[in-house]
Amino acid sequence: MNIHEYQAKEILRSFGVPTGKGSPAFNVDEAVKAAEGQPGPVWVVKAQIHAGGRGKGGGVKVVKSIADVRTEAQRMLGMTLVTHQTGPAGKQVNRLYIEEGTAIARELYLSLLVDRATSRIAFIVSTEGGMNIEEVAHKTPEKIATIHVDPATGLCPHHVRAMSKALKLDAAQTKQMSKLATGLYNGFIDKDMSLLEVNPLVITTDGNLVCLDAKMNFDGNALFRHPDVMALRDETEEDPKEIEASKHDLSYVALDGSIGCMVNGAGLAMATMDIIKLYGAEPANFLDIGGGATKERVTAAFKIITADPKVKGILINIFGGIAKCDVIAEGVIAAVRDVGLKVPLVVRLEGTNVDLGKKIIKESGLNVIPADDLNDAAKKIVKAVKEAA
Amino acid sequence: MSILVNKKTKVICQGITGNNGTFHTEQAIAYGTQMVAGVTPGKGGTKHIGLPVFDTVAEAREATGADATVIYVPPPFAADAISEAIEAEIPLIVAITEGIPVMDMVKVKRALSGSKSRLIGPNCPGVLTPGECKIGIMPGNIFKKGSVGVVSRSGTLTYEAVFQTTKMGLGQTTAVGIGGDPVKGTEFIDILEMFLADPKTQSIIMIGEIGGTAEEEAAEFIRKSKVKKPMAGFIAGRTAPPGRRMGHAGAIISGGKGDAGSKVDAMKRAGIAVSDSPALLGETLMKKLKRK
Repeated sequence: MNIHEYQAKEILRSFGVPTGKGSPAFNVDEAVKAAEGQPGPVWVVKAQIHAGGRGKGGGVKVVKSIADVRTEAQRMLGMTLVTHQTGPAGKQVNRLYIEEGTAIARELYLSLLVDRATSRIAFIVSTEGGMNIEEVAHKTPEKIATIHVDPATGLCPHHVRAMSKALKLDAAQTKQMSKLATGLYNGFIDKDMSLLEVNPLVITTDGNLVCLDAKMNFDGNALFRHPDVMALRDETEEDPKEIEASKHDLSYVALDGSIGCMVNGAGLAMATMDIIKLYGAEPANFLDIGGGATKERVTAAFKIITADPKVKGILINIFGGIAKCDVIAEGVIAAVRDVGLKVPLVVRLEGTNVDLGKKIIKESGLNVIPADDLNDAAKKIVKAVKEAA
Repeated sequence: MSILVNKKTKVICQGITGNNGTFHTEQAIAYGTQMVAGVTPGKGGTKHIGLPVFDTVAEAREATGADATVIYVPPPFAADAISEAIEAEIPLIVAITEGIPVMDMVKVKRALSGSKSRLIGPNCPGVLTPGECKIGIMPGNIFKKGSVGVVSRSGTLTYEAVFQTTKMGLGQTTAVGIGGDPVKGTEFIDILEMFLADPKTQSIIMIGEIGGTAEEEAAEFIRKSKVKKPMAGFIAGRTAPPGRRMGHAGAIISGGKGDAGSKVDAMKRAGIAVSDSPALLGETLMKKLKRK
């Protein structure tokens, strides 16, 4: 789960990490009021969306008067911001963050993540802050340092020394870095983050370290123990179909193609998307109904797929292990009876209780195209969609 | 022969009194697995589906001499269950539970190093040696005793590989689902090493997916290995867009790493026949075997 920059900075401050001072604003008057509460003479108006690259898209503006804060707030609120992370459709700006201007001497990069290769938490730091770190990693990998922290020892002074050296900090800044890195590390662990990116981490002209931006991503599996983080969720940033899916414990990702998929297991769901593409069509979604799928969950999944106007055909691909084919079949039939079936539907069932599942589908009298295996299923749905077009 | 488990393996189940624990223990017994006990804190001294239940893993091990445990404990308590099994020095721990917080697994992984245990999973379908031992949730009826070793990050794709190799008449030595989480007990390399050393395993199917670099590392290991066995593979997620998590916590293309192309290339360089289609795993392996 992602949160906004202003929310992330609040969390950082609660762990004693220095950030830029600012306030969120949901309308123009709030933006002006926030600016009036700050000393000036420089303010930064920042669009709050769950995507990076805001500056280039016109979502971050440095201004020198309250009047300009008003002008920029008017321009940004309601605008659709397109960045390299939003996709071509962009994201509507509904919230702003009004921050005091910071006089910057140097821009650095710092992030924390769980490094799967070492199964440890890693700090990634670079002197090349403010830039796209993937580009830095590609062009000048020597300018990036990775420091792994053993969970048994936690963050140690030597980790801080290594980071400070890589970031070319002086003695006073290294002292600040110790406090900052400790706060970031504690926050990362306490809140079960999966990514914490500070880009840029700046050194101000008076020599202080400040987190000027903050991007936080939380481990969805750990949200159950963080109701405070859950409360920060902004559903307007998410696809409504994905929100509906998550209510039913379905794992759903909207895509751009025309064939809706319902599959059990994430790997098989991805593989089903791949095989659809292999036969010349595009998947409309990724959907994993999970192992313990109930009839209700299958019905909900079917409704989410058919609610998507892009969907011109549906492929249900189930290899039952925990999931039982008869339960799936009953869920599908209940859903079809409920919402109707306006597009071709191919069903491939295999595994636990397969014979019973096939029998249920057959005896339902519904217009379902049965398939013998995955290959057969993919061919049949692509063909059916082409013929219907 | 086989790897990890065989007909002598004595298995206990942590979380045996829950729905999943009950259903799959019954299935395992029906398959012929030596299920010897269950563990549910607070229910020690009782019996469940004919098996003695203990309060702790240590007691269960002491009483039964179990050498494997399977874990169906819900996610908030699963890391604790794994840690308890490590403390009790159970040699093989198979964690089926999906949705364990990654920070919990970081700690568990640390506890594993230097321990006497090997962990498979979490978020995995388990381990199965046909006709001998079934630990986990794989459907036993699609297996056939044979010569292919199957290792996979995805549960249901494991079933595809097993199903297809059974239809081809090849059968399997052992199938291992290593799980879809970013931090897990056992990686591809560990299992590949075992398959290469197992004389009955004559060929191997390896199924990866987007995210991380474990497939690249495994391919490099295979490329450098002195022992060679015919291998076929598949990578799920060629059509997945970057930055979007595809169900599994580990299945995400991020930071320019983990896309399918790099994994497929690495596997091909290692001499692994990579199938474009998940439906042609068996055929791809068969072709590779005939060319040999």
